[in-house]
Amino acid sequence: MYVAVKGGERAIDAADQWVRSRRRGNRTLAELSVAQIQEQLHLSVARVMAEGALYDPQLAALAIKQAAGDLVEAAFLLRAYRTTLPRLTDSLPVDTGRMRIERRISATFKEVPGGQILGPTTDYGQRLLDFSLLGEEESPDANPEAPQDAQPGARSSVKRSTVATSAPLRVTELMGRDGLLESEQAAPGDPQPADLTREPLRFPAARPLRLQALARGDEGYLLGLGYSTQRGYAHTHPFVGELRVGQVEVSVIAPELGFPVVLGEIELTECQMINQFAGSDEAPPMFTRGYGLVFGQGERKSIAMALVDRALRAVELGEPETAPAQDQEFVLSHCDNLEASGFVQHLKLPHHVDFQSELELLRRLRADHGTRES
Amino acid sequence: MTETDPPLMRATGLTVRYGDRYGCQDVSLTLWPGEVLAVVGESGSGKTTLLRVLAGRLTPEAGTLYYRDAAHQEHDVFALPDAARRRLERTEWAYVHQNPRDGLRMAVSAGANAGERLMANGVRHWGAIRASTRQWMERVELETTRIDESPATFSGGMQQRLQIARNLISGPRLALLDEPTSALDVSVQARLLDLLRGLTRSLGLATVIVTHDLAVARLLAQRMMVMKDGKVVETGLTDQVLDDPQHPYTQLLVASVPQG
Amino acid sequence: MSDAEFNFAYLDEQTKRMIRRSILKAVAIPGYQVPFASREMPLPYGWGTGGLQVTCALVGPDDVLKVIDQGADDTTNAVNIRRFIARTTGVQTTTHTTKATLIQTRHRIPETPLKAGQIMVFQVPQPEPMFRLEPRETERRRMHAMADYGLMQVRLYEDIARHGHVATTYDYPVMVEDRYLMSPSPIPKFDVPKLDQSPALMLFGAGREKRIHALPPYTRVEPLDFDDYPFERQRWESACALCGSRESFLDEMIMDDAGTRQFVCSDTDWCGAR
Repeated sequence: MYVAVKGGERAIDAADQWVRSRRRGNRTLAELSVAQIQEQLHLSVARVMAEGALYDPQLAALAIKQAAGDLVEAAFLLRAYRTTLPRLTDSLPVDTGRMRIERRISATFKEVPGGQILGPTTDYGQRLLDFSLLGEEESPDANPEAPQDAQPGARSSVKRSTVATSAPLRVTELMGRDGLLESEQAAPGDPQPADLTREPLRFPAARPLRLQALARGDEGYLLGLGYSTQRGYAHTHPFVGELRVGQVEVSVIAPELGFPVVLGEIELTECQMINQFAGSDEAPPMFTRGYGLVFGQGERKSIAMALVDRALRAVELGEPETAPAQDQEFVLSHCDNLEASGFVQHLKLPHHVDFQSELELLRRLRADHGTRES
Repeated sequence: MTETDPPLMRATGLTVRYGDRYGCQDVSLTLWPGEVLAVVGESGSGKTTLLRVLAGRLTPEAGTLYYRDAAHQEHDVFALPDAARRRLERTEWAYVHQNPRDGLRMAVSAGANAGERLMANGVRHWGAIRASTRQWMERVELETTRIDESPATFSGGMQQRLQIARNLISGPRLALLDEPTSALDVSVQARLLDLLRGLTRSLGLATVIVTHDLAVARLLAQRMMVMKDGKVVETGLTDQVLDDPQHPYTQLLVASVPQG
Repeated sequence: MSDAEFNFAYLDEQTKRMIRRSILKAVAIPGYQVPFASREMPLPYGWGTGGLQVTCALVGPDDVLKVIDQGADDTTNAVNIRRFIARTTGVQTTTHTTKATLIQTRHRIPETPLKAGQIMVFQVPQPEPMFRLEPRETERRRMHAMADYGLMQVRLYEDIARHGHVATTYDYPVMVEDRYLMSPSPIPKFDVPKLDQSPALMLFGAGREKRIHALPPYTRVEPLDFDDYPFERQRWESACALCGSRESFLDEMIMDDAGTRQFVCSDTDWCGAR
């Protein structure tokens, strides 16, 4: 005889316990600390901050620990946490032109004013598994020295990059001065950009809103779309004009003081892409732009974002829309991995009432089919 | 149609520019209820641009367009609110695209295509919609056994017939046809033209038909207009214009049609 | 992190105000989808964040909350949501429909008729009834603005032509006050008549799609159909194996490997009370 099953709460608690114990794993091994994650998995932290749309390396590291390394889940934890935080004020726009540069390269010219600064990157090494990392972990230094910088002299144009000198002018600004590259124009009247954290995305969306959505969009998704443009689905002839990674100051205007106060620095990656030129009756042909900006060191994401940004400008540049990467409704409706992950995984939720309805209709149709045949 | 019927449509000085080029330049015309007007020209002459303006689908930079509706109210087409224009588009106006796929929903059945205007206009009896769509399919010489099939399985000629049925089912008073037979095999064109001729006559449908083919104008239209480079170079009764063209360009067009 | 670090009902006050404004707009225009700046909640998108935000924006310390999923109070999702709200508000919770002031539901309306003063909050995965027919949001907005719903009627026509019935069994499209086409959320056809002229306030929250829509009390709600193919509720041949009801929505249970089946009320509160 059927008895309705109770005990859903107990099952949930048990599942939670199991997750915790799984996360901790083998207790003869030292527990990972949040500080270790923040320091030694800093690229995961960067990704979680970017997709969680919240700059706080410690919280991101906590989220990664709590999520046992599932970065989409960690981004979700950060974003959900953000919902309960009060919004105090808006900062002034950050000036990446005054970045304290760690890494800066341009693919468009061999030499550029300010130099090609390699910074911390694996781009020029080989991807060989380093088995020495399997060995006993170093014990923490009692008296740590300053962090090792890039070896001077290893490449011809490497420079020490931790000193705060004035940042080199961006290649794109130099080209802009010559009129070779379109300038970034604010819309007429320089209106306040819409804020994606305060308004839902509606279509057609103007560029500021699109860029906001892309900045927090899933790296893998944007990577695929950006890649598709390179493979001919709306190719935009891209060149990396400027890629820079470093620290940028964040300032707010303190109301009591009436002037800007620097709160601190955040790490940003910025990519300025130079693309297919376009002209019109009024203006001579110029290169066009794509832009990418992410929290932390996220070069792959910033380049992919710039590719997709440029593709989405098809309408305003008078290009025919032929490929998925150019379709803003398609690209932007599906780039948020919290929405995607939530909805994709919601299929695990009970759907038996909906399914019951379908079953019942199917049976009826089959019955009708049977009688129609006879 | 009597001499004293007011015109169905009055266009004055319609001008559309694409950058430096003129899509159409200073075009005026009047269309009376029940009459068929052919707009003839080569590709690039502006005839399709003009048709799209007459349909309210392209806003001209200059000129005015008035349409008189079934309640005898005259409307400035480009001053109509969107909702009013959409209502006219699914009741009193017909627009037949050159490529039937542009004027059909390929993802729904032939019957749904044909009946959509009825449903959009509030008809709520399934059986009545079904009967009406069958009637219209017969009228355009489509097999009603295929009523539940997707138009993707139809030939070009059949798709075009379906597009016509889909438009005419709401009893429009104005039909705008954009080279309705050009995309079809020559062998199929003649029968479709016959169908159009029969329908426009029996329905008393005021029609503007765009074509590059003088024979189509001769067959269907009482009046015709010749366009070149966006301008109207000659207008008049079809037979007169074709038998005794005045403008050198019209003469060229007529002369280039193979005889016999 | 202690619970004291969460604001009452989790959302910060600005967000609550923003959501309430959207709700008011929705109530003023029955059936119209109001865009709102949906926030991320500690539940994933697609798992009820829209309904949750509506509930959290409205819940007050004196409310009595009921949460159901597929009609039951004790399915895992319902438990999770109820505990979250209780944890962040301290409000009283109940499994009895008659005692609740605020009911959050996924995919069902309780069998017990609702009363004036009660609020139902529906979790909505996809608020747009035409989303499968027309993928472009810009075009769908125009259709709603012009009340241009022929396309939906075409879809029903096709179903009847192909199957002899309308093939939609849940999330059945309805016309609200003869003006807006609305999705009632994935409730079964069986529950649709409960919406018409209900004394309760019905609110629909879609978090991922960022829309809220509403039915104020005593609103006219009519399912789309044809005059000669009128809307029909589902019916079962059996009665509930536990309480004998023949008037409620029944879940089918597979009892053993031989495939023996039994039918039981989906609404656990209703069933238990009989």
